[in-house]
Amino acid sequence: MNAGFRLLDPVRQAEAVKALRAILPPEAVLYQDEDTKPYECDGLSAYRTLPMVVALPQNEDEVSRVLRACSELKLPVVARGAGTGLSGGALPHGKGVLLSLAKMKCILALDPVARVARVQPGVRNLAISEAAAPYGLYYAPDPSSQIACSIGGNVAENSGGVHCLKYGLTVHNVLRVRGCTVEGELVEFGNEALDAPGYDLLALIMGSEGMLAVATEITVKLVPKPQTARVILAAFDDVEKAGNAAAAVIAAGIIPAGLEMMDQPATRAVEEYVHAGYDLNAAALLLCESDGTAEEVADEIARMTAVLKDSGAYDFRISQSEAERLKFWSGRKAAFPAVGRISPDYYCMDGTIPRKRLGEVLRFIAAMEKKYGLRCPNVFHAGDGNLHPLILFDANDPEQLRRTEAFAGEVLEKSIAVGGTVTGEHGVGIEKINQMCLQFTPAELEMFRAVKRAFDPDGLLNPEKNIPSLHRCAEFGRMHVEGGRLPYPELPRF
Amino acid sequence: MEQIVKRYAEQIRAAAADKRPLRLRGGGSKDFYGQSLEGELLDTRDYSGIVAYEPSELVITVRGGTPLAELEAALREQGQQLAFEPPHFGSGATVGGMVAAGLSGPRRQAAGAVRDFVLGVRMLDGRGEDLSFGGQVMKNVAGFDVSRPMAGSMGTLGLLLEVSLKVPPLPFAEATLKLELPQDKALATLNHWGGKPLPISACAWAGGELVLRLSGAPSAIEAARALIGGELVDADQAQAYWRGIREQTDPFFSTDKPLWRMSLPSVAPPLAFPGAQLIEWGGSLRWLACKADARSIREAAAQAGGHATLFRAADKSAGVFTPLAPALARIHRNLKQAFDPAGIFNRGRMYPDL
Repeated sequence: MNAGFRLLDPVRQAEAVKALRAILPPEAVLYQDEDTKPYECDGLSAYRTLPMVVALPQNEDEVSRVLRACSELKLPVVARGAGTGLSGGALPHGKGVLLSLAKMKCILALDPVARVARVQPGVRNLAISEAAAPYGLYYAPDPSSQIACSIGGNVAENSGGVHCLKYGLTVHNVLRVRGCTVEGELVEFGNEALDAPGYDLLALIMGSEGMLAVATEITVKLVPKPQTARVILAAFDDVEKAGNAAAAVIAAGIIPAGLEMMDQPATRAVEEYVHAGYDLNAAALLLCESDGTAEEVADEIARMTAVLKDSGAYDFRISQSEAERLKFWSGRKAAFPAVGRISPDYYCMDGTIPRKRLGEVLRFIAAMEKKYGLRCPNVFHAGDGNLHPLILFDANDPEQLRRTEAFAGEVLEKSIAVGGTVTGEHGVGIEKINQMCLQFTPAELEMFRAVKRAFDPDGLLNPEKNIPSLHRCAEFGRMHVEGGRLPYPELPRF
Repeated sequence: MEQIVKRYAEQIRAAAADKRPLRLRGGGSKDFYGQSLEGELLDTRDYSGIVAYEPSELVITVRGGTPLAELEAALREQGQQLAFEPPHFGSGATVGGMVAAGLSGPRRQAAGAVRDFVLGVRMLDGRGEDLSFGGQVMKNVAGFDVSRPMAGSMGTLGLLLEVSLKVPPLPFAEATLKLELPQDKALATLNHWGGKPLPISACAWAGGELVLRLSGAPSAIEAARALIGGELVDADQAQAYWRGIREQTDPFFSTDKPLWRMSLPSVAPPLAFPGAQLIEWGGSLRWLACKADARSIREAAAQAGGHATLFRAADKSAGVFTPLAPALARIHRNLKQAFDPAGIFNRGRMYPDL
C-alpha cells in the first residue's frame, strides 16, 4: 500500500490555508500530515493521496464561502461524506482541498404527514430511518454500508441496496437537493413537490460523484414500513439454474422485495463466519423476500415457492419468524467481511449484466480463476443483475496484485461486452475510469465533459474522476492493445 | 432503419450549419403543450418499432417513433406495463414524444414518473452525433445520468432515437372506490393514508367526491377496502373513469378557462382560487381551471413549495413554465449549449432562451 503521489507546493498550501482560515475556525482547517492522514483514502484503500488541505465546514454558509474561495484560487475540491465509497470517488486531490461534510449531520425537519425528511449531507443513511421509525416510516434505499454511509454520499453515488428492485435507488427516493455550485452560489434541484420546472437536473446530479455541485441539504421521501416480511432460502445444484429461477420469479409477475444469490464459495466463506445455517452442498443459494401485509406476504410466498420449485430448487426453507428471516439474511449481509476473513485482501467488482447472461458471465469468471490462479466467490443482486465477484488475493505479493488487476479488468470488459455496465452502484471514481473509455465512445465521453463544464467550467469539482480525459483514453487504448491487460501508469499500485 | 438515422443526422447537420430551427415531432398529440412551435418539421415516426424486449429482465428498448399504443399492447401481452401510465392525448402519441413531454398519469403517485423508468437513451445531438447513455440494466452509475433528464426536456436537447424502459408487471387485481369528502378532508385523508402501507395506486378528487384505485394482491385490496370503506365502482366504469382522468377527456377538463397544472407538496392546503379543481397524486397534483392572473397563481404555488404550469391555454403570453432561478437558468443554458450548440432543437418550446 503505497502512499499516493504528491508534490506539495508549500506556497500554494499556505495560500489555501490562509483563505480557508478567514472562513472557518482554526480547528476546521487541517494541513499537517498527521491531521490530514485520516482523509487520504475512502473505502477503496488501495488508492491513497494526502490532501493539501482539509476543510470541515459546519453549515451551508461556510460551504458556500469555502467553495467561493477555492473557486477564486482555482483549487480543486473533493467533497467527502463518510468515506465509505468503494471506487475512490472521495480520493483526495494532492493539490486541492478535501471538503468534509461530516460535521453537517443534522436532521433539519421530519414531517410524518408529508412523509419527507430534510437533512444535512453528513446524516447517516440509517439515522434517517431510525428517526422516522416512530411514525411507521423509513427511508427505503439500504446500501450495505447504511450504518455508516452518509446521505450526501448516497446522492453522489446514486446508491442502491438489496431492496432497490422494488423500492428504487437514491434517484427514486430523493425529492430535492439544495447545494452550492463551484462558485459557491446556492442552487436547488427539485423541490418538495413531485417534479420541478426545467430540465430534470435532480436526476442528473444523482450519481454525479461530486463533480457537478456540493449538496448542503437533501429532502428525502419516507415510505410506510411494510407490516411484515418473510424470506425463502432456496438451494440449487447448479448456478445457472439459480439464475434462471430468479428470472422465472420475475417472469411470473412478481417483484420480490429482495432477490439475492450466492455461489458455493461465497456460501462456504460466510457460513464459517456467521453460521446462518446455509446448505454447503448447494452450488448456489437464492434468497427471495416478500414484504407487505400478512395476507399479501402469504400469497406471494406461495407463488414464489411454486416458481422456485418449477425452476429446479432442490430445497427450500421459509422464514417462520423475524429472527429466522434475519438469520437467513445474515450470511448475505456479511459476505464481504466473511470473504475478508478467508483472504488477506479481496477486490470487489460491481458490473451489472442482463440477467439472462449470468451463466455465461459466471463461466467466464470461472475460466479467469484458472487463467490467473486466483479464487473468486460471487455474490449477486439477482433481481437487478448487479454482480459482485470478489477476487481473493494477497496485496503483499506484487505478482498477485498484477494478476488481480488484469482479472478485474477482464471481468469489467466482459460486463460491457454482454450489454451491461462496469458499475451498477459503487461508482466509477478513480477505480474504473479506464474502463469508461471502453464503455463509451469518444463523442459520448466528450458529452460528459461538456455536461461537467455546464456546471463547473474550470473543472475544479472532483477532477480526474468518473469521466476520463481524452488523453487518458488514448493512453489506455494504446496500453490496452499492447499488453492485453490493464496498467494504471499514473496511479499508485496496490 | 439505420438509413433513417443517417437521414435524420444529415437533416440535423444541415440545419445546424445555417442555425435553422428544427421542430422534432412525432404524432403531434402534444402540440398544445409548451411555449411555442418553431422550425422546419422533422417527423420522428419513420424510426419505429421495438428493438429488444426481454420480459424477465423487465426491460424494453423501443424506437422513439413507435406509437405509444403499440408499445403498450406489446407490454400487455406479456403482463407488463408502463407503470407511470403516460397520457397519450391523441391516437398518434409516440414513445419519443412521451419521454420528451415527461408527463405521467394517475399511477405516478405510487409507481413514479417517466424519468424513474428511463434506463437508457440513444439520441442524436445538435451536431448529428449518435450517442447512447445509460443502458438496458436497472443499476448503472457509469458516467453522468444523461438519459433520465431527457424526460421532460421537450425535445430541446436532442432527437430521441431509442429509449430503454423498466417495465414492471401489471397488478394482480384492482378495485376502484368512491367516497364523499370535502376538499380539506380529502387532502388530510390522502396524506394520512399515504403514511400507511395501503395499495393505493391512484386518486382523483373533484366536486366533493374522492375516487381511489387500489392495485395489488387480492388479499391486500380486500384488507384496504375494509379500512377505507366507500362504494365499489363497477370495473368497466372504473376503467373508463381512469382513462378520462389520464387522457383529460373527463368532463372536468372541458373548460374554456386556462388549465393550470399545480405541482405541490401533498400537504399544501386547498388553493384559494375561484374555478373548478381536480386533485391527483395524493394531493401533489392539482388541476385548476381558472382565469386568475398568472402571477398570483405562480406565487401561490411557490409559497406552497411547488410550481405552476400553464398546461392548456389559448394565450400563453404569461409563460407556460415557471421561470427558473438565475443559477439554474445559467446551468440550463450551458447544458443546451452542450447538446445543441446551434440552438436548433424545438427552439422556444420550453423557455424563450433554450
